[in-house]
Amino acid sequence: MTLEPIRKTITVACSREHAFKVYTEGFDSWWPREHHLGEAELVEVVLEAGEGGRWYERLADGSECVWGRVLAWEPPGRVVLSWHIDGDWKIDPDPARASEIEVVFTEKGPGTTRVAIEHRAFERHGATAEKVHDGVDTDDGWTGLLKLFAAKAAS
Amino acid sequence: MATYGSDRLSALADPSRRAIFEALRQGPRAVGELAATLPISRPAVSQHLKVLKEAGLVVDQAAGTKRLYRLRPDGIAALRAYLDEMWSDALSSFAKQAEATAPDRGSEEP
Repeated sequence: MTLEPIRKTITVACSREHAFKVYTEGFDSWWPREHHLGEAELVEVVLEAGEGGRWYERLADGSECVWGRVLAWEPPGRVVLSWHIDGDWKIDPDPARASEIEVVFTEKGPGTTRVAIEHRAFERHGATAEKVHDGVDTDDGWTGLLKLFAAKAAS
Repeated sequence: MATYGSDRLSALADPSRRAIFEALRQGPRAVGELAATLPISRPAVSQHLKVLKEAGLVVDQAAGTKRLYRLRPDGIAALRAYLDEMWSDALSSFAKQAEATAPDRGSEEP
């Protein structure tokens, strides 16, 4: 199964350095609160600086869910993250089955920066896709997504 | 495609449709089977299935004299649809925060 990457861009009125800093160090300050995995309330989302850094959510019940890792760290121009959450909306720690997110910060003029996100390689979540195709079993790839859709729709 | 994610969201905003959706996670069902196990009338079940089908969440097929409904078997496509919406939310939220905290804010013409 091949799925097109998701591509989004936005232009922000600030320097490239500031945009990179807010995106990474300030991740928790802007991340939409409804997007998280665990049942408990979201306390914070952390993106650790540097290659190999963890990208995780911390919840009110003390639990942590790791969303991915920092694959490339090139301030202030680029950061690449892995995404370990599969079609069951569960954590799959195998890097071979993780999709990835590249964020590129480009200076468009003084105090103007374009931020481009590409979330790609969805086919790497393929093990789940096969299971889903096989399945009349109840663990069919919709479990967590349904909850998220419902929570989002109700908010 | 732009509205696909939000169609799904609104389709699942209704508790009866979520109940039907949950029931279909156990396997394919006919309208009558769903109506028998849920506190929803048969015509209402049909109506809800129609909405779920239009939102791309369920598919149907003829099986003898019955019509069976099942979830669309593409969890990754659903994940992608969700993430598409998530990144839109995230990026606009990021832009607001980046601009609100910019030390050089207002010092330059855009």
